[in-house]
Amino acid sequence: MTLTQGQIGTAEEAPARGRVGPYRSGALREPSRAPVLVGGDPEAVELYGPVFGVTEVTPLDADLTRQHVGDPHGERITVSGRVVDRFGRPVAGQLVEIWQANASGRYAHRRDQHAAPLDPHFTGAGRCLTDAEGRYAFTTIKPGAYPWGNHENAWRPAHIHFSLFGRAFTQRLVTQMYFPGDPLLAYDPILHTVTDQAARDRLVAAYDPELSVRNWSLGYHWDIVLDGPAATPADPEVTA
Amino acid sequence: MPEPVAFDPTPSQTVGPFYGYALPFPGGGEIAPTGHPGAITIHGYVYDGHGEPVPDALLEFWQAAPDGSLAGGAGSWRRDAASGGFLGRDGIGFTGFGRVGTGADGHWSVRTLPPPPAAPYLAVCLFARGLSRHLFTRAYVEGLGGEGELKGLAGERGETMLARRESGAGAREGLFRFDIHLQGEKETVFLDFG
Ligand SMILES: [Fe+2]
Repeated sequence: MTLTQGQIGTAEEAPARGRVGPYRSGALREPSRAPVLVGGDPEAVELYGPVFGVTEVTPLDADLTRQHVGDPHGERITVSGRVVDRFGRPVAGQLVEIWQANASGRYAHRRDQHAAPLDPHFTGAGRCLTDAEGRYAFTTIKPGAYPWGNHENAWRPAHIHFSLFGRAFTQRLVTQMYFPGDPLLAYDPILHTVTDQAARDRLVAAYDPELSVRNWSLGYHWDIVLDGPAATPADPEVTA
Repeated sequence: MPEPVAFDPTPSQTVGPFYGYALPFPGGGEIAPTGHPGAITIHGYVYDGHGEPVPDALLEFWQAAPDGSLAGGAGSWRRDAASGGFLGRDGIGFTGFGRVGTGADGHWSVRTLPPPPAAPYLAVCLFARGLSRHLFTRAYVEGLGGEGELKGLAGERGETMLARRESGAGAREGLFRFDIHLQGEKETVFLDFG
């Protein structure tokens, strides 16, 4: 989907009453022309994709609470789910990367100068590979909300940034996972760049006590569906 | 018969401004094996709709190996088991994948092996704050025979997907220039794979 400038709005345009205002950062960045549809080339490089493996990911990468000598502040959580394609087939052995703010809503990034404390025991970056069923799991800290400059008193709802690879480069996805029941969801221009409520709902994890770890972490379940075509794998019965 | 689509896709959300400690990795633009004599360098700037450089874009590259293989390979960033840090690539293999951020001046570069004549381009995926979804384009390397294909894709505008031999400052054999204009008169052709 390519937004037109009219949908994004401009700095001079006030959001209509009762509606979420525009995400302003896109005004000079979203292309004004529709993308060109590429189809019919089974050899398109994008129908294949890069490969990642045990060389890129260490087992500790999936636990963001154990990357420093001490324990981070905040509410420990387990976030897990499955990555599948639009046919529901598991996306197995693929790379999942996440990054997030700490419990106070501060990123370990020099450009984030929001007046909330950094946590010396929390960086907020993690990685894992999906298993044979497409499952991923992270242990981390529930991130805090944070203010940003989009409009007066704009606060981002708590979220975790996710980056995913599928079997094909066309399935590439970078997105954000939100938490259920957050009152800020109704006001966030970034979440509302997705205009359809049902689609926005797919970005919100479910609290899942089955995933909670006793006396340790609260469980959240979030499944991810990758879009886009992939090369058809060779059928062994046909090619044999 | 295509299988019925059973699941609605998870929507994309902007990469935002703070991915810098999570996604880039050392040697992300060094796709070519160390010291490989056939390596080429592609570089350029990312510009916004006012022609201002974009200092916080992230670019990913994926391409066929010179022998035409699309199998790729692990090892784009190897990890140090002791420290958890980055060891970089092994200097020998070719993973076909690169990832670089733009600098404060909007500039980026990658050093890679030329793609094969059958697929004479680097697939490019661009992320940036302000973009609610990533953008795909292609950098067709000049002189590898892809000029007709990019015209077929987008006519005269297809030229925006040509990585040209650098003729300006620093021009030398094997150096190509590929600027990306997100919006406006010179807007790059972006691609949709359906
Ligand atoms: Fe964020």
